[in-house]
Parts: sequence; C-alpha cells; structure tokens
Amino acid sequence: MNAGKLSDVRFAHWKKKSQETRIFGAWKKFSARDVRRCCDATACQTNLSVIRKVGLDIREGRTTAQDVTRAYLAKIRQTDEKVGSFITTQADNAIAQAISIDEKICRGEDPGILTGVAFAIKDNICSSDSFTTAGSRLLEVHQSPHDSLVVSAIKAEGGIILGKTNLDEFGMGSTTENSAFGVTSNPWDMRRIPGGSSGGSASAVALKQCAAALGSDTGGSIRQPASFCGVVGLKPTYGLLSRHGLVAYASSFDTIGPVTTSVEDSAIVLTALCSRHNQLDSTLHHTNSSRFHDHLKNLEHFASKPLSGYRFAIIKETIGLGVQHDVVQRVLEAATKIERLGAAVDFVSCPTFHLGLPAYYILALSEASSNLSRYDCIRLGGKTSRDEGFGAEVKRRILMGSFALSAGHSDAYYERAQEVQRMVEAELACKLQEYDAFILPAAPSPAYLKSEKMNDPLAMYSGDMMTVNVNLSGLPAIVVRGGHVENDGTLLPVGLQIVGRPFRERALLEIAHAYELCTWDEIKF
Amino acid sequence: MIRAGGPSPSPRGRRAGPIRLPRRAPSSTPTRAKTEEKASADASSRTGADAEVQFEAVIGIETHVQLNCRTKAFCRCAAVYGDEPNTHCCPTCMGYPGTYPVLSEAVVRKAVQLGLGLNARVRRRSKFDRKQYFYPDLPKGYQISQFDEPIAEGGYIDVVIPVEDGGGVRRIGITRAHVEEDAGKLTHYPAKGDTPGYALADYNRAGVALVEIVSEPDMRTGREVAAYGAELRRLVRYLDVGDGNLSEGSMRCDVNVSVRPVGREAFGTKVEVKNMNSFNAMSRAIDFEIDRQTALIRAGKGDEIVQETRTWDEGRQCTVSMRKKEGLADYRYFPEPDLPPLVFDEAFVEKCASAMPELPGAIRARYADLGLPPADVQVLVEDKELVEYFDAALAAGAPAKQCANWLTGDVMAWLKNAKDVAVSSMPLSATQLAEFCTLIEDGVISGKIGKDILPDLLEGKEGNKSVGDIVEERGLKQISDPKEIEAIVDRVLEANPGQLEQYRGGKDKLKGFFVGAVLRESGGRANPALSNEILMRKLNEGR
Ligand SMILES: [Zn+2]
Repeated sequence: MNAGKLSDVRFAHWKKKSQETRIFGAWKKFSARDVRRCCDATACQTNLSVIRKVGLDIREGRTTAQDVTRAYLAKIRQTDEKVGSFITTQADNAIAQAISIDEKICRGEDPGILTGVAFAIKDNICSSDSFTTAGSRLLEVHQSPHDSLVVSAIKAEGGIILGKTNLDEFGMGSTTENSAFGVTSNPWDMRRIPGGSSGGSASAVALKQCAAALGSDTGGSIRQPASFCGVVGLKPTYGLLSRHGLVAYASSFDTIGPVTTSVEDSAIVLTALCSRHNQLDSTLHHTNSSRFHDHLKNLEHFASKPLSGYRFAIIKETIGLGVQHDVVQRVLEAATKIERLGAAVDFVSCPTFHLGLPAYYILALSEASSNLSRYDCIRLGGKTSRDEGFGAEVKRRILMGSFALSAGHSDAYYERAQEVQRMVEAELACKLQEYDAFILPAAPSPAYLKSEKMNDPLAMYSGDMMTVNVNLSGLPAIVVRGGHVENDGTLLPVGLQIVGRPFRERALLEIAHAYELCTWDEIKF
Repeated sequence: MIRAGGPSPSPRGRRAGPIRLPRRAPSSTPTRAKTEEKASADASSRTGADAEVQFEAVIGIETHVQLNCRTKAFCRCAAVYGDEPNTHCCPTCMGYPGTYPVLSEAVVRKAVQLGLGLNARVRRRSKFDRKQYFYPDLPKGYQISQFDEPIAEGGYIDVVIPVEDGGGVRRIGITRAHVEEDAGKLTHYPAKGDTPGYALADYNRAGVALVEIVSEPDMRTGREVAAYGAELRRLVRYLDVGDGNLSEGSMRCDVNVSVRPVGREAFGTKVEVKNMNSFNAMSRAIDFEIDRQTALIRAGKGDEIVQETRTWDEGRQCTVSMRKKEGLADYRYFPEPDLPPLVFDEAFVEKCASAMPELPGAIRARYADLGLPPADVQVLVEDKELVEYFDAALAAGAPAKQCANWLTGDVMAWLKNAKDVAVSSMPLSATQLAEFCTLIEDGVISGKIGKDILPDLLEGKEGNKSVGDIVEERGLKQISDPKEIEAIVDRVLEANPGQLEQYRGGKDKLKGFFVGAVLRESGGRANPALSNEILMRKLNEGR
C-alpha cells in the first residue's frame, strides 16, 4: 500500500530510546506546573469551554485557526518527546485544514461548531490522511482508505486533526504500556502511566497538546485515563455514535467518545459527532441527533440549587474492598457537594456488581479473538506473521478468547458470561428507574507506576472493575474531576464517574456540567 | 418407496422403503465375501457380505444458492460473475480494520421469499453468527452466517419423480434455510517439477449473499437427488432470487450419502460428495457413491467408508477422495455483534409473500386441472417464460390441450433449432398462437395446414397479422361443406377409374391411395373426418 506523501513526524522510533532517560529531571517539575497553568487560565471564568472560546476568538478576529493550530503543534513539539502522547502527527495537513477554515471565515461562512478546534485522535480510529496503527506493529504502515465517520464529522464541523495518539495495542490494556510505539507518561507524574487504553488522548488533553481528543471505551478506556490525567472523558451510550472507522476490539462494547478539558466541550464534541449519522448504519441504535450543549448554562445563570430534584445513588460495592481509601473519600466528598447542589444521594447495593468483571473479560476477549482474525499478515502491509506482529497482551487475549468460544467450553464461559451480562444490565436498569444517575469512582486507585502491573495482568484487569459494568449495560457515563490525592509529594487527580440512563446524554451532561462549574473552586487543580 | 400417487403424509417422512441395490452385480462373489467377513470380525462389517441383506441409501443435500442481488450482502460492491479478478472489492468485503457490515435489504427480501417458497416457517426473529476458520478465501477470518436462529425452518418441496423411476410426486423435507456470505475463489496451481505450487485468490465473490438450504435425509437414489436439485433450481428461478447456474457455481450442492441395511434405524457413515456441475452428473455421482459404499459393506470392508469429502471426477465417472474429516471442525460460532438481529413484522413477511409469483407446484396443479398430459405439464413448467407465454395464450382464448401440444411440440422444436431466441422474444405472439390453436380446434384449418403455416408464423414472416387473415388470404380454410367435399371425391373417383375398379374388386389396400388423392385434390384443406366418411360411402356404393 502506498502511504502517500506524509510529512508527519513519527515518534515511534526515537521515543523508545529517549523515554527512560528523560522521565526524571527538569521535566517532572515542568509537567506539574504546566498542567496546572492550563487549568488556571480558565479557572476564573464562568464557563470552562475551550472550544467555545477558540471558536469565538477566531470568528471575532482575535486570532486565526492557523495561529491556534501552530501554537498547539509547537506545544506538541516541545513536550511530546517526553510524554509520548502521539504516535503520528500531521502538521502539514493540520495547517492546510486551518487555512481553509480561515478562508471560510474571510468569506463570511460558518465553518461549524468545532471551528478551529485542534483534535488528537486515538490511533484506532481511522483517518485517511494518516496512518492508523491501533498501536500495533502489525498495522505499522496501514493507511485507511476512508475517514471514520467521527473524523469526517469533526472535519465537516471545522475541527482540525493534529495527529493520532498512543494506545494499548488494539485498545487491549489499561496503561498504554502495551503499545508497539512506546509508553506514554502521565503528565502529572512522569513515572506513572496515564491509564489506558486511551492514554495518549488523555495525556494530550491534560497537557494542552490539543483542545480536545477522541478516545474509545470498551471496558473503561476513556474514563479511567480521564480520571488518571484529570480531564473529562465521556463514554456515550453504546450505539449512540457510529463505529464505522473504529478498529474493532470487542464490537458489543466498543464506543467512541470525547476527551476534553470541560463538560461543556464534551457536549459540543458529542453534538458534532452525532451530526453526520446515516439511517442505514447498523452500528447505530439511535439516530435522532440532538444538540447536547445548547442548554448548558454559564455559572452566573445557575439557580442556587441547580441539581434539585435529581436523585443519585452511590453503589455500596464500589466504595468497599479493593478500592483505595483516598479514592473513596473523594467520591464521598463529591456526594456531599452534589447534595449541597440540591440533589438527593442514597446508598444502594448492587449484588451483581462484582460478577461484571469476569463476565466482561470473557465476552470482550471472545469477540476480540474473532475481530483480530482478519489480520493475516498478507494484506495491510506490516509484519510477516501474527506471531511477529501482535504484542504479548494481544496474544494472551486472543488465546483466552478463542478458548472461551471453543466447543465444550463455550457453555461454561461464553454463555454463562452472557447470562451474567443480562443480570448486571437488568440490575442497573432497575435502579436507574428510581435514580437519575449513579456516582462511583472511575478506577479503584489513582495513576500507578509504570511496569507496576505489567507482569500481573490480573491486577491490571481488576483495575477495570469500576468501568466494565457500564459497558456490559451499554449505559452512558462521564468522568469529571473529583479532586486529587497526594502521593509521594505528587498531586494525582482522581475522577468522579457519573453513570446516566441510556440515550439520556443530555441529562447526564447537564448534571456533570453543574457539578463541574459549582465545584471548580474547591477542586484545587 | 412412495413414488406413485400423492405426496407422503408427513413432510419429514423418512419411512421410505428399500431400493434394490446394487443395480449392478457386486464386485465380489458371495462366497469370497463370506470368508472375508469371517476374517475380519470387525463390528463395522457386521452387516457385511450376506447377499440377501438389502441396503438403502440415506441422502441429504446442502445447497448453496447465490442470490442475484445487485450488490454483495454487506457492502455496495457489485455482485457479478466472470469479471476480472478482484475488481469488485472494497474495504468492507476485504475485512479492512474499522469496516462494518451493512445488511442489504434485497438480500433479506429474497431470502424470506425463498423461505416461503420452501413452505418453511419464516422466523419473526433471527440473528447472524460468526463461523470462524482461517482460510485464504475468507478475508475476515470468519464468515457471517446464521447458526441457531436461521431465517427459515421446517419446510418441504414436492419433487416430480422421473417416469423411469416410477413417476409421481415425492415430498422432501427442508430442515432449514439460512443467509450467509460467500467466500472468495481460490484457484490452485499444483507444483510442477521444481516450481512450487501456488494459489490465486479472487475476492469478487467474497461477501456475495448466499442462502444455504439444508434438506432432510429424505432421498434414496441419485435420480431423486437430481430431481430435488432441479426442483430447487426451478423454485429459485421462478422467485427470481438467483440464477441457479450449477456450472458457474451460483448454485452448489453438497450431497451427504450413507448406506445402511434396510430396517436399521441408525445411519451409516456419512460421505460428502461435491463438485457436480449438472443434475445429470449429480445423479450419476450419487449412484456411483451408493454402489461404492454398498460394495464395500458387502465385501466386509465397511470400515473403509470414512467421513470424508469426495469430489466427482466427470472424466473418469467416479468419486475421488478430496479430504478426510478428522473429527468435527470447531467453528467457534458466536452471535455477530456487528449486526442487529433480524426482526420481521407480519406486514413485511406479507409484503414479501404478495410479491411472489405463482410457483411450479401450483402451476402444475392448475395445468393438471386443465387436463394437460403430465409430460406436457413437466415441459411447460420447466421454463418460467414458457409458462408465462402459455398463460398469455390461454388468456387470449387458446384451447388448453391443443395449445400445450403445439407449444411443447413444434414450437419448442423450432426454438431449439433457432438458437439465441428466447420464448419471450419469439416472433409468434401468444395471441397468434391462441388464434392458431382455436382455428385448428374449431376445424377451420386442419392440423396438416397448421404444420405448414406454423414455420412462417414462427419466423415472423407475416408480422402481427391475425392468423385468421393469413389463412383467408392463402385460401387455406378447411373445407367442411359436405357438398364441396362430395364434388372433390367425385372428381378423384372419375380421374382414377382403374384403381376404383380394383378397390371395388376387393383390393382394400387402395383406400389409402384415395384418401391421399382427395387430400391432394383439396389442397390439403378437406376436413379429414368428413372427407373420409364421404369417400368411404362413395367407394363402397358400387361394391
Ligand atoms: Zn465490498
């Protein structure tokens, strides 16, 4: 396959060498300051939307899409050698897109609701003007012939694609360490992982290497890194967004979603992503496009108790054994804040909660073993054998998935897991008739050290216990900043996960937006 | 065997009787076989050697029917046969990362119609599953198929058994019909000397929609198999859901054959026979396979029958082992997560049903009610266009039997000679044929005259002119006025006094001479019955 003329910088090769030596030292300090400065810039305002600000500045002539894009590209050049958010950048393409947006502005046309917004795209989402590796050696030189539906929606709404971000190979991992193109670091503490699999997107947003990013969430891959990197990550309801162009991991759970610095940005991106849907798309279960950001108010327009009338539930099983104490504390504090905003918060018990994790892994790996059987190493360039092309974690998951589907085992594993899925789904659905949303941690701990769980896959899998039940039930969930914990003198963010009713992203975003704006002063980022 | 008479009472009826096998003498003599049986006291040969034991074959068929939809099942690539290799492929049917199937509505409609045509129950909810195996003809590493919820289940078709086999109708049960996608096509080039072998892959076919139809093991002979296949193809063509072309592979039959002693419940070891590209070949292949297996059992070598796939070698007229099956393949089926389940409401199924044409079974019954001979019915129903043509002629007032007779006789013979002429584009219109047949039926022209003018009509020499006008113009109307015929007879008798003398003298043989002479004198127009009567009266007057 001819990759065409790509002037992109591909970080894959030097990243490996440079990483280890530069983790410590000056950069560490710079990182924390830098992240905090990003947030400070907007802290005084009554809305936190970067997208709204950028769009307004460009439309009103205070800046140009080109300037904004160049600034982000410069930021990437300065920082990415150390943090490793990106696998590929596409500076020339980005500048060209920015120029065409500036031209539209000059002609008096509206480029769309994402005017001048610089995006980073997780590298398992296909884009035609760049490689799409899915973090795998096997797809090292694969260039998709088409843009994914979400990427074409971003382009159509005036967004600019800066590059493709790092991830665990095919989304299989929770640390972004299982990438063929190096390990991404957590901008808050370079010794730590950013979470995964959308670790590159989360760290890019946290570091302001981009204004917003796309991630994908199969078992928590947007929400957990959002929590670890202190950004906002939304997993929409399964079937709200088209999967066309998303490299499949586990089709029943794969969901694309935005990673942003604010809830309002998340809503704007979601609106844009829903805008180009096709009735015949069978990955969609819902084709009414709506505007998710229109009704989000600025702080000064809030009622004194913006969440009054809402009922929230804390799932007891999510604040018990296996969850770090400070993380539980942050969730309980968040609950208090939510109560102060007028909502009622109850504790509920979901006995099926602990069953979700093993069921999820059986179902997801079964589907993964099938979805990955297309990589025959004859087409798509790359490696000469699956053995050479796939990383260790991917091989492990293919083997486990194939086993779970084998004759004589599928009834004990696959079919029982399906039953558990139905139970988990039914229990959550039942509770959601009474409650508007659940609040729970996004992960049982803050970001942990690199290599800590590399040789203990089960420990890594159990880190997904807070997120997989949401995928099993297809529900929408958003992670917002819940506070921070101090670890060895380093501040680490902790996210708060809010789970809403299916296809009620509007309500979920409204809740999260109110929580975010009203607690901004207290959460010392 | 239920042969003559109506269909068997149960669609799943497997209680078919024995066939006397083998038709040919067994290859080994009974005595030799007996000693062999003693030698190998193997359990599998327990039924062996006894020449008195009768065997029967149990045959079921899996048929893959390619649907003639414009596009492939899950992408927009054109589904066409015979183009340059790999010119109808896209990221979706090539299984590129990030691509997802989008099911074609036409596929669903045609599959439902086929299910209804098979008298099967169309499930209101069915789903797709992945059948997984690694093979170069399968771009995704799995085939989208239907496993435990097929689109249609539990049907039957009534198959007309050839007269040589006793004729009549036999009902063959249909277990299920399900939708799946076709694989690519591999062409293997074996190694030659030092050059290693290789295979070329063409993915134009990959992703084309198929319906797999699985029959009950209701068949017993090769000819029944062929008759079933032919009926299935007729159904496919009538419904316009496929081409049903065996040699192009748009219809492929895998036949499972096993042999067991008559009266035993358990099936023998199943052998799959493939690669037959005509129904004739299918009939021969299956009979060969039945004989082969029976002979092995008789020779006490029953254990040499193994689960395998055999291919029909047309050149050598025998089945050849292609590959042995070692245990059951594990396809690791699971529900296809990229496609939602198919859920039909009554209205959709009814819409599909109402768009279906009259099917061969119903047409046969209708024609039988018109009193047409079974042979004519079979010829007419073979071709959908012929049925349409015949029905148009009936609608134009054609007498049924007369018309069927002409159509299946002279008209078909002409069509066979005139290559490249389809029934629908034949110059002789159905209206003309109807008028032609009516003229004969009413005695306006004789059959003889009919045969004379038909070629002109078939070749369109008279355009759209009414047959009545042509007959009038050419003065070919049959003479049915007794006075006129009497005059002709008189002229003949006057002109042949010698022969008349001889006849009256007792030479009866000369009767034929006079009949011919009268016909000639009338220019072939004399009503044969009437002229015969008058001639006889006049001839015998002077006896
Ligand atoms: Zn295609």
